[in-house]
Amino acid sequence: MGVDFDLTIVWAFIIAFAVFAYVVMDGFDLGVGILFPRLEGDERAVAMNSIAPVWDGNETWLVMGGGGLLAAFPLAYAIVLPALYAPIIAMLLALIFRGVAFEFRWRDARHQAFWDRAFFGGSLLAALAQGIALGALLQGIAVEGRAYAGGWWDWLTPFSLLCGASLVAGYGLLGATWLIMKAEDGLQAKARRYAKRLGIVTVVAIAAVSAATPFLEIEYYARWFAWPNILLTAPVPLLVAVVAVAFWRSLDRREYAPFLLALALFALSFVGLGISMFPYVIPNEVTIWQAAAPEKSQIFMLIGASVLIPIILAYTAYAYWTFRGKVGTHGYH
Amino acid sequence: MLDGFDALVLARIQFAFTVSFHFLFPAFSIGLASYLAVLEGLWLKTGREVYLTLFRYWLKIFAITFAMGVVSGIVMSYQFGTNWSVFSDRAGPVIGPLMAYEVLTAFFLEAGFLGVMLFGMEKVGKKLHFAATLAVAVGTFISAFWILAVNSWMHTPQGFIIGANGQFLPADWWAIIFNPSFPYRLVHTVIAAYLTTALIVGAVGAWHLLRDRGNAGARKMFSMAMWMAALVAPVQIFAGDLHGLNTLEHQPAKVMAMEGHFGSHPDGAPLILFGLPDQDAATVRYKLEIPKASSLILKHDLDAPLAGLDSVPREDWPPVPIVFWSFRVMVGLGFLMLGLGLFSLVARARGRLYDWPWLHRFALAMGPSGLVAVLAGWITTEVGRQPYTIYGLLRTSASASPLDAPAVAASLVAFVLVYFAVFGVGVWYLLKLMGHAPHAGEPGIEAGPDRPIRSAGITPAPAVERGQ
Repeated sequence: MGVDFDLTIVWAFIIAFAVFAYVVMDGFDLGVGILFPRLEGDERAVAMNSIAPVWDGNETWLVMGGGGLLAAFPLAYAIVLPALYAPIIAMLLALIFRGVAFEFRWRDARHQAFWDRAFFGGSLLAALAQGIALGALLQGIAVEGRAYAGGWWDWLTPFSLLCGASLVAGYGLLGATWLIMKAEDGLQAKARRYAKRLGIVTVVAIAAVSAATPFLEIEYYARWFAWPNILLTAPVPLLVAVVAVAFWRSLDRREYAPFLLALALFALSFVGLGISMFPYVIPNEVTIWQAAAPEKSQIFMLIGASVLIPIILAYTAYAYWTFRGKVGTHGYH
Repeated sequence: MLDGFDALVLARIQFAFTVSFHFLFPAFSIGLASYLAVLEGLWLKTGREVYLTLFRYWLKIFAITFAMGVVSGIVMSYQFGTNWSVFSDRAGPVIGPLMAYEVLTAFFLEAGFLGVMLFGMEKVGKKLHFAATLAVAVGTFISAFWILAVNSWMHTPQGFIIGANGQFLPADWWAIIFNPSFPYRLVHTVIAAYLTTALIVGAVGAWHLLRDRGNAGARKMFSMAMWMAALVAPVQIFAGDLHGLNTLEHQPAKVMAMEGHFGSHPDGAPLILFGLPDQDAATVRYKLEIPKASSLILKHDLDAPLAGLDSVPREDWPPVPIVFWSFRVMVGLGFLMLGLGLFSLVARARGRLYDWPWLHRFALAMGPSGLVAVLAGWITTEVGRQPYTIYGLLRTSASASPLDAPAVAASLVAFVLVYFAVFGVGVWYLLKLMGHAPHAGEPGIEAGPDRPIRSAGITPAPAVERGQ
């Protein structure tokens, strides 16, 4: 074992990867749910069929993020989850509604409208709750000793609500661009229109959250604007602008580019988030090293993760490959 | 109304409620995944239509069960943190990695191949599809392996040291995973899942035999289920007995509560069949007992001394009435299952397996018994571990999150409402699917009138629904 090999940083990246994988993958299928009320008749069948074979795998990354946090940074898990109690519970309940809707809507024609609403409401609330949770974490959590020390409404602020609304727009964008890839004709045209509107909202939201973050009375300002950090941080907003323009120009004709560029927007936002937080896992309170599990836990898991995560990515790719291409009302051809 | 209900009690009720509800689904789907693999394997081997019919029939039921298991399971993976944060902080370095392995080796495998299993028969071909079914079945078993390793470690912790910050730190992973109660709990639980599935499949078969004893699918599933019950129920009773002896060695107070032994018996303890345990008075009222039989079962010696709860400090007693009764429910149902298995053997020997209505009525009544027994068994072992989360080392009262009671009360109410509504409806859909008889040309999930992926343009689901 090399002396300079910091397992805690390795694990921070693995957890960050799991969270990002979740945001990207469940993001588009939650986004499809968010767009559901705007779809009609067969469009709903197409939209749902386009995600039905993969949503369960996508959501597994959420379990990986939570379980991985418990395993690699147990102290962070133990402080953050009670602090975000209400949004987390709301998210879990919302995911129940939307998860069962995949099955239930086909089983009960008389109540299909109800399960479609459950699918939409569950997707919307889950996205909102996740964004609020992120905002609440970013704005800081009261810690005393090894425990959360705040109340059960601390998470509710204008900033966390802004983050929640932003994530709803962002997931909606991913969902719309996903449908551009998977759908044809009328639904595809509709998806392009929504992608356009949601693209604008998302870029504005990224700008708003980015502008508000340095003023949260946490050391974010210094991390972004102090010399020489600014050499590293300045490209991030510039790249966001470049990607936004490319996205806009791809929207009218391209089928895959809008989705990939929307993912790039998420990736850049995620990098920005990393710059703001590192090396803290709970801003100003707990660093990744303070929260880390002992080396023996880190090594034991790393052995498994380094073998298994590539395998998981391989068969996840296989599953996506199996269901590649356009989805008609007549299913996968 | 919430007077006397502090945040701790509410958190315990919430955990008990959500985990009990959750486990009903995997208890069924672990066995059902294997059953589907067997059906598909037999179909590929023999080419007989009835196996494909049954595969498609049960696949639809599996899809709903699995979805409910997934969404209720995600709740569990977060609830350790939301409601049991001190436990998570202290035990995280030991149990966290095991749970991470569960996600990496099992959840991804199941989820990754579930889509292919449900929707991919036409796209990947029979052999690859069978591989996907096997992957899902193996995934459910691997999942049970890891989560039961975690649970067993909480009952019989070893292989750790306590760090300066109070955390349990891993010292020997092999010892942690293969802790003393783990092999017994794993075998007992997995067999329970198979038995649970067999009883449900048997009940569905029996229901359709009662209406039409000529239905080929119903005959086949009933026969398979009854073989399973006849062969596995006795094995399960034996495995349960071994598990009990293991518990006696490592968690004697739990066995004392199961037996209702408040007092010690230096020369042979009686087996209390029934009675009303009174925790405050430390006695069992109105008891019906067989002298010395408990010593015979637990020590294989009529006169062996058995210590009672009077040898344990009162603050370390588990809630005796709950453990006492849940244990009896489990054991009683276990023997009824054995009875069903024997009955089916007699019927089979007489050539009356498919036309003995009393056998079918009995099997029908026993349909949910596996689920009830599984819950009763979990209540026995988990309540029997009290007042600890990590047996002997971390008290439940010292494990919870620093949450305000109203927060937990609100979430508990929300969970109860949502679970009963959503999963209640889900169970109703399951019963609806089970209520229709399997028939040749059984539609799969990816095709057919009740799933519009292939045929929405031809036969919309609402039209079929109305036509029925």
